[in-house]
Amino acid sequence: MVLPSLELPKLPLGDAIEWFVRWLIKNLSVIFDFVSDVLSAVSGALSDGLLWVHPVILIIIFSIIIWLITNKLTAILSAIGLALVWNMGLWPELVDTLVLVVVGVAIALVIGIPTGILMTRSRKLEGFMRPILDFMQTMPPFVYLIPAAMLFGIGVVPGLFATVIFAIPPPVRLTYLGITQVPLEMKEMSIAFGANDRQVLRKVELPLALPSIMAGVNQCIMLGISMVVIASMIGARGLGEVVLYSLSRLDLSLGFESGLAIVILAMVLDRMSRNVGSGKQTPLSRLIEKYNNYRKQKKEENKEEIEQAA
Amino acid sequence: MTAKIEAKNLVKIYGENTDKALELFNQGLSRSEIIQETGLTVGVAGVNFEIAEGEIFVIIGLSGSGKSTLLRCINGLLMPTSGSLLVDGKAVEELNEEQLRKLRGEEISMVFQHFALLPNRTITDNVAFGLELRGVPYEERRERAQKALISVGLEEWKDKLPDELSGGMKQRVGLARALVMESGILLMDEPFGALDALIRAEMQEELVSLQREIKKTVVFVTHDLDEALRLGDRIAIMRDGAIEQIGTADEILSEPANDYVDRFIQGVDVSKILDARSISKWPRELVRDTESASVALHRMKKADTDYLFVLGPRYKLVGLVMKEDLLPLAQKREKSFTDVIKEANTVSADTIMRDVYSELRSAEKDLAVVDENGRFLGVITHSVLLMTLDERKGGDGIAES
Ligand SMILES: Nc1ncnc2c1ncn2[C@@H]1O[C@H](COP(=O)(O)OP(=O)(O)OP(=O)(O)O)[C@@H](O)[C@H]1O
Ligand SMILES: [Mg+2]
Repeated sequence: MVLPSLELPKLPLGDAIEWFVRWLIKNLSVIFDFVSDVLSAVSGALSDGLLWVHPVILIIIFSIIIWLITNKLTAILSAIGLALVWNMGLWPELVDTLVLVVVGVAIALVIGIPTGILMTRSRKLEGFMRPILDFMQTMPPFVYLIPAAMLFGIGVVPGLFATVIFAIPPPVRLTYLGITQVPLEMKEMSIAFGANDRQVLRKVELPLALPSIMAGVNQCIMLGISMVVIASMIGARGLGEVVLYSLSRLDLSLGFESGLAIVILAMVLDRMSRNVGSGKQTPLSRLIEKYNNYRKQKKEENKEEIEQAA
Repeated sequence: MTAKIEAKNLVKIYGENTDKALELFNQGLSRSEIIQETGLTVGVAGVNFEIAEGEIFVIIGLSGSGKSTLLRCINGLLMPTSGSLLVDGKAVEELNEEQLRKLRGEEISMVFQHFALLPNRTITDNVAFGLELRGVPYEERRERAQKALISVGLEEWKDKLPDELSGGMKQRVGLARALVMESGILLMDEPFGALDALIRAEMQEELVSLQREIKKTVVFVTHDLDEALRLGDRIAIMRDGAIEQIGTADEILSEPANDYVDRFIQGVDVSKILDARSISKWPRELVRDTESASVALHRMKKADTDYLFVLGPRYKLVGLVMKEDLLPLAQKREKSFTDVIKEANTVSADTIMRDVYSELRSAEKDLAVVDENGRFLGVITHSVLLMTLDERKGGDGIAES
């Protein structure tokens, strides 16, 4: 059956968006250029700095950090994984990718967490953000590449832009969720003891919402990594670029190796961000505890000395 | 002397556009008519009272009668829809944000039904919370918190997290957190409602003896009449947002203002309670003589008690075991504890109240109630004392107890 064609003009939705982006470029290009310059300078400096250090030293430093915030086994496995990437000759690409992910995630968190907090304060903002977040999460990420490239050209910055948009919904949503799930009695208690709005947020809501917020951070990092290959389609350097290159050459061996390197990076970052804020004991928390005990002891000794002297 | 706390025609209607509901209320419509008409709930419906300094004022009523709403008007967690609430002669609803925070931080502290302890903070940091908000330096507030913990007998728990404490202990922490503020007014919203009978009686006693020292103005919400009679210098009985009667325990028991109050106090009309059996309760935990020492210890921990009654076959009462006798057995991994069973104080099911009372007074522990065949029927706890006292003195003297 042939559908009867309705004699209605097509709504110019796509055209409208294109017009809007072109308008942005024409009128606000100063801002975009500035943002673009800053971001590419920052990422460039980060990459150069990390590449200046010898890989072995860097792997050791990373492993110590991982050991401090997780445990020995995770640290050892991470060290082995990172050494494997170095051995495959993909170290510079790994560093570029790491910088892309870390900077993208940092921007997403700096925008996302406060947005989540503000949403708990304003019904209107919450209602406004909800469909936008749905949109951001379901729109195929390739689509972001077009305005990203139009606004920021080719390179790491449009990759960052696409990464941020793709990775920002979880921290927003989970911050909002975590805070709204704080029992009402707790908030009431803090207000009854004289807390102002900032104190309610800082001393009650954020600490109690921390596990949820950290789950958002973790998901944000994972989504950031999953954007690595897509971002390299508009010129972001790193492991994604190698994957694309091997795809175009049908080079299975290189494709597998670069893919594996991405998996290793993802696993390392996941394990690192998963434990934070869960209240689990880690070497770092034990060290802090030991230090506190030591200080307490010292203080008591001091007190005794003073008493004896008196 | 002016009252410490005073309510004048206090009305609180929940919701956003309360003008219409208030108008209907002033026209004399009932609470349910107002809900039907506007969809809004009248939480407090025109209440007047004065609370003197140092008094324990108990608010009692069924669930939904507006007790919590009224309590929250006192520290401005809720603002009156009309009428006024005065603390030290100043109207709470006229204070600005800053003054209101000061009132809450310095004049009034609150104890909550479900404790509201922050799970991520140690006991000390929970107790010091109010001082921290006030900006008291770290060392000083810790010191003061630890002193408050000593006063509620929890100094050894200061570095633990709330999850590691039993319900009774948690509420002691809640009490310490309020006491450390050294404010004149203590608001308590069913503070012992989540605790079981034994702990509850203990906490009531503690509060009474504590109050002798600190002499705070206490507003205490409960829906347990025994608790109200035991603690309250004066009692307000609420129904549908309004106060039906305010008076001392004696006044309320001897001259109920209306049928509702009369029916409300039927629950403690002790002349109707004839024998030991009718006031006995089933204990939280029991142990059989065939079970092991460690099982008995586990149950004691669960019920937060130092002893358990021991039953033999067919509910026959064997005696009781003490925690202190079981601990060495459990350490030696001995199973059976039959050797350390002690005799329990018992009364037979048909003992009259007067005798139960004298028996209970001389006994340190709860009384076991048994029938003519020695079968266990339940226990009588010390919290029952109050009701018997009332009967003996013919209705007076409760407030002093
Ligand atoms: N935030 C609220 N919004 C709307 N209605 C409320 C709100 N809080 C309480 N109410 C209603 O106000 C009435 C009084 O509630 P309140 O909590 O003061 O009762 P209560 O006497 O403390 O009861 P309970 O013993 O169950 O705690 C109830 O009908 C309740 O449904
Ligand atoms: Mg209530």
